[in-house]
Amino acid sequence: MSAAPGLRQSARALLLRDLRLVWRRRGDALQPALFALLVVVMFALAMGGGREILRDHVAPYAIWVAVLLAGLLSLDSLFRGDAEDGSLEQWLLAPLPLPWLVAVRTFGHWLTTTVPLLLVVPVLGEFLYLPRAQLPVLMLTLLLGTPILSLLGAVVAALTVGLKRSGILVALLALPLYVPVLVFGAGSVAAAAQGLDPTGALLLMGAGLVASAVLAPLAAAAAIRIAQG
Amino acid sequence: MTDTAHAPLLAAHGLAFARNEEPVFGPLDFAVDAGEALLVQGGNGVGKTTLLRVLAGLLRADAGQVLVQGKPASPELRARAVAYLGHLPALKGELTVLENLRFLCGLHGRREGQQIEAALEITGMAGYEDAPARQLSAGQKKRVTLARLWLSPAPLWLLDEPYANLDLDGINLVNRMISAHLRDGGAALVTTHGAYAAPPVRTRMLLLGGQA
Repeated sequence: MSAAPGLRQSARALLLRDLRLVWRRRGDALQPALFALLVVVMFALAMGGGREILRDHVAPYAIWVAVLLAGLLSLDSLFRGDAEDGSLEQWLLAPLPLPWLVAVRTFGHWLTTTVPLLLVVPVLGEFLYLPRAQLPVLMLTLLLGTPILSLLGAVVAALTVGLKRSGILVALLALPLYVPVLVFGAGSVAAAAQGLDPTGALLLMGAGLVASAVLAPLAAAAAIRIAQG
Repeated sequence: MTDTAHAPLLAAHGLAFARNEEPVFGPLDFAVDAGEALLVQGGNGVGKTTLLRVLAGLLRADAGQVLVQGKPASPELRARAVAYLGHLPALKGELTVLENLRFLCGLHGRREGQQIEAALEITGMAGYEDAPARQLSAGQKKRVTLARLWLSPAPLWLLDEPYANLDLDGINLVNRMISAHLRDGGAALVTTHGAYAAPPVRTRMLLLGGQA
C-alpha cells in the first residue's frame, strides 16, 4: 500500500535538510572555523612570534588542538535541536534503522561544521609558520581524525541529549575519548616532520575510523532510545 | 471487548506502565479494529500521553503485550503500521512548510497517490507552502502536522490531543480526517480531555482513572 522510504532516499532527505538548515543559519556555521582561527592567532601572539619555536614545536599540535576544541564546541547541537522540536521522536518511529539515521546525521554535521574548518587549516598553518611540506600530512591526519572525533562525539551527544542542559558534561565525557585520536593525529605529523614514516599511525587512524563508523552509530542510537524513553 | 475473526489492528493485553515504581496506568486490555476509533479519555496526568508513547514504542511497557495486526509488536512492524502525532510538531523553524513535509515524507514514506500540495489543501494550509515554519502559529503548525499524518502510509493513527490549539474549523477538520481514514480501513487512537466533539464514527471509549 505504501512506498516505504529506502536507505538512500532517507539519507538524501536528511542531508538535504541539514544543508538547507546550515545555509539558512550560515552565520552560525562559520563559528567553529572562527573559533579555531582565534585560538591559533592567540597562540601565535602569546608565543611572541618566536618563529623557530612555532614552526618546530607548536604548529601541528596547536592546529590539531584548535580543530578538536572547535569540534567540541559544536557537538551539543548534534541532536539537541532535533530532540527539542520532536524530530527525534519521528526518527524513532520511522521505518528505518535508527543507527543509519544517526550515521547520516553525524556525517551531515561533520560536513557542515568540520569541513569549513579544514578549509581554513592552510591559513592557520601560515600563521604558525608550518612548513608547507608538512601540510599534506597534517591535512591527511585531520581528514582521518575529525570523522572519528565526530563519531565519538555523537555517542556523547546522544548520551546527554536527555538532559536539559549538558554544558560541561559533554566536554568531560568526550575529552578522554578524544585523547588517543589527538595523540595519533599530532604524533604522525611530528613523525613525518622528523623524516620518519607516518604510515603506521595513519593506518591505525584509518582502522579507528572504520571501527568507529560501524560501532558509534549503534551506540549513539541505543543512547537516543534510552534518552527518549 | 469484542472478539472478531480477523486480528484487530491493535490489541493490548495486560498493558501496564510504572514510573519509579509508581504505577501510571494499567493493566489495560483493549483492541482497535480497522474502521474503528478508540477515544482515550481522562483528566490531566492520568497517563494518556504515556499510554500512546508506550503503544508507539517510544516507551517500554513494564508488563503486558502489544499486538499489531495480530503479531507481537516489533519495531519494524510498528514503524510501518503506526503514525504518531505528539505534542511536539517536529518542524524545523528555518525550513518552509513544503521542505519540512518533504523531509518527513522522506523519513516515513508517502501514501500512494497522495501529494504534499493536496494534503496542505485539505488541512487548509494551501498558500503557506513557502512560509518558514517559524512564522506559523501553534494552530497552523498543528495543521501542518495533520498534513504529515494525512500523507503517512501507516494504517494506525495515534493522536495525542489532536484538537489542542485548533479552532472550531480545525476540530471539524480532524474529525473529517479521522472519518475518511477509518473509511479507508484505518484505525485511530485519540486522546482528549473529553470536552471536544468526538468524530462521527464507530468509537470505543477507554476511560483512564485518576489513581495516578
